[in-house]
Amino acid sequence: MTGVMTRLGAALFAAAWALPAWAAPAVEQTQQQGRNFHAIAMFAVFVCATLGITYWAANRTRTAADFYAAGGGITGVQNGLAIAGDYMSAATLLGLSSLVYTKGYDGFIYCISFYACWPIIMFLMAERLRNLGKYTFADITSYRLDQKQVRTMAAIGTLTVVIFYLIAQMVGAGQLIKLLFGLPYWSAVVIVGVLMVIYVTFGGMIATTWVQIIKACLLLGGGTAVMLLAFSQFGFNFENLFTQAVAAHKDGIKIMGPGTLLADPVTAVSLGLGLMFGTAGLPHILMRFFTVPNAVEARKSVFIATLCVGFFFCVVCLMGLAAMVIVGKNPAYFEGGDILGKMLGGGNMPAMHLAHAVGGNLLLGFLSAVAFATILAVVAGLALAGATAISHDLYANVFKGGKSTEKEEVRVSKMSSLLIGVLAVGLGIQFEKLNIAFLVGLTFGIAASCNFPILILSMYWKGLTTKGAVWGGIVGLVSAVAIVVLSKSVWVTVLGNAAPVFPYEQPAIFSMPLAFLTAWLVSTLDRSPRAAKEKEAFADQLVRAQTGFGAAGAARH
Amino acid sequence: MSSEIYEKIRRNPRFIEMVAKRNRFAWTLSLIVLVMFYSFILVVAFFPKALATPLWEGATTSVGIPIGAGLILFFWLLTGYYIRRANKEFDTANAEAIKEATR
Repeated sequence: MTGVMTRLGAALFAAAWALPAWAAPAVEQTQQQGRNFHAIAMFAVFVCATLGITYWAANRTRTAADFYAAGGGITGVQNGLAIAGDYMSAATLLGLSSLVYTKGYDGFIYCISFYACWPIIMFLMAERLRNLGKYTFADITSYRLDQKQVRTMAAIGTLTVVIFYLIAQMVGAGQLIKLLFGLPYWSAVVIVGVLMVIYVTFGGMIATTWVQIIKACLLLGGGTAVMLLAFSQFGFNFENLFTQAVAAHKDGIKIMGPGTLLADPVTAVSLGLGLMFGTAGLPHILMRFFTVPNAVEARKSVFIATLCVGFFFCVVCLMGLAAMVIVGKNPAYFEGGDILGKMLGGGNMPAMHLAHAVGGNLLLGFLSAVAFATILAVVAGLALAGATAISHDLYANVFKGGKSTEKEEVRVSKMSSLLIGVLAVGLGIQFEKLNIAFLVGLTFGIAASCNFPILILSMYWKGLTTKGAVWGGIVGLVSAVAIVVLSKSVWVTVLGNAAPVFPYEQPAIFSMPLAFLTAWLVSTLDRSPRAAKEKEAFADQLVRAQTGFGAAGAARH
Repeated sequence: MSSEIYEKIRRNPRFIEMVAKRNRFAWTLSLIVLVMFYSFILVVAFFPKALATPLWEGATTSVGIPIGAGLILFFWLLTGYYIRRANKEFDTANAEAIKEATR
């Protein structure tokens, strides 16, 4: 076994930091490894390139619109790549490929579940988001409702999602870097935090978008290269690949059909709901729709993003299948050379081992660098979304009542991103030894139960009132958090109790209907004069949602 | 000022017709996706064997593979179909409604 591979020989963090908890076993602690210079050199190139872009972007970031939304000057294709970049994480590459490697067809089912939200976002949300929004999704929910209350609610939803998701990414980054690069945990967390704050503070949305685009291309390119090299060993013949995979796998022909992973219908449907509608409520994804100049480009971005995500999932599945044969039968990738025993580096390593098997240390180093770059890009997007919620929603519209200047707003935003960066690094280091597998499930649960119901109701239902929106959001948030805390992943795994209070780990099937029901009930019972006015204002909102007339314009430059 | 224009657009019969058509179209497509996706999930939960059937006599490839890949491809094509109709029909109707209202 070569030196690099032995350096990888420790338990890898689970897919947890970007996959929902159900796709992830516990987050394993990793051992710090010797330095991997291939990976570090390639990552250094990526960092230099992105810092160059940030410098270039800083010179173009003058107004609040530039800072928050890249002046609306991003094209549909660029934004599509950036959205795909936000969605395809290092965990998708490592976690999903390892799921296919161990479970076969079940992994494919997860890929399809991850993917199915995109057409819905296209049909029901993309255009209206673009036509109604300016910088944050609270611009849409507060369009005809009370600015202060609804924006505060939306900001709470955004910040909870951002902070939880950031902690999960930070811990994942620390574990990954310790393993792949051989750097200490804290230094990885600090590097990620510092770079994230630099991208966001100086380059705003323009820099964040380009970091995301570059990363998406690297991830697609790297994954495709590994897949093609591996698939060539099977003569690019599917039947041949499947036959050899079945012969190599301990479960044999069972890997060609659904297994035990989704046998419980409640969990299966709850996961589907949480993923589908959670994605449609993630603030950093929603924010991407305000960077394009009009609805035509917004539609195009979803079309491109859907293509990239779908293609990438197919690549990941083929990688997992090829790894069954190429990695699974090679004793060099297992502890003690026992192919029935533990894989070197832990359960999430098939994709990395496959890269090494078909492309040597260079391809392995490249894929490691791409994985780190991926985390950086995702945290930058998250930090920007959080900073915008603080400055645009809380500071400018709630505290200053819309009377602050653009300059002040951007300054507050930059300070907020610094604050979020410090907070994320601090919490990331604090949480090193904690099992954070629940965090991602929680993030998606909150996004699906707090952000999404208010957003979709405010766009489609005339009857929604301020009270209904606020109460619906609170109920969604509280019930999602309560279910996750009382379920096995926190109550037993983190808090150390004997048995969970609530039997299901996925909150969406319960908390989402609760949020919708509360919002509907409170709005219907709301007979105040303000409620009547708010319902009346829906007619104008609908015209703008449909036509984009009066929508926040494109860049002046 | 914009409220007046919104009022005019809202009263434009072609706009009203477009909104109804677009709503029907978007919800129909969404329903197709939701029904296909959740049927797939329910087949996975209740009839997993159906997806494991070999694609042809003696094949290793199961019917689940083309069905899964087909879902991914079909959903993507649906988004393309939506764009085609939105770009041509809906955007034209919108542009005309705005033009008439601002004249």
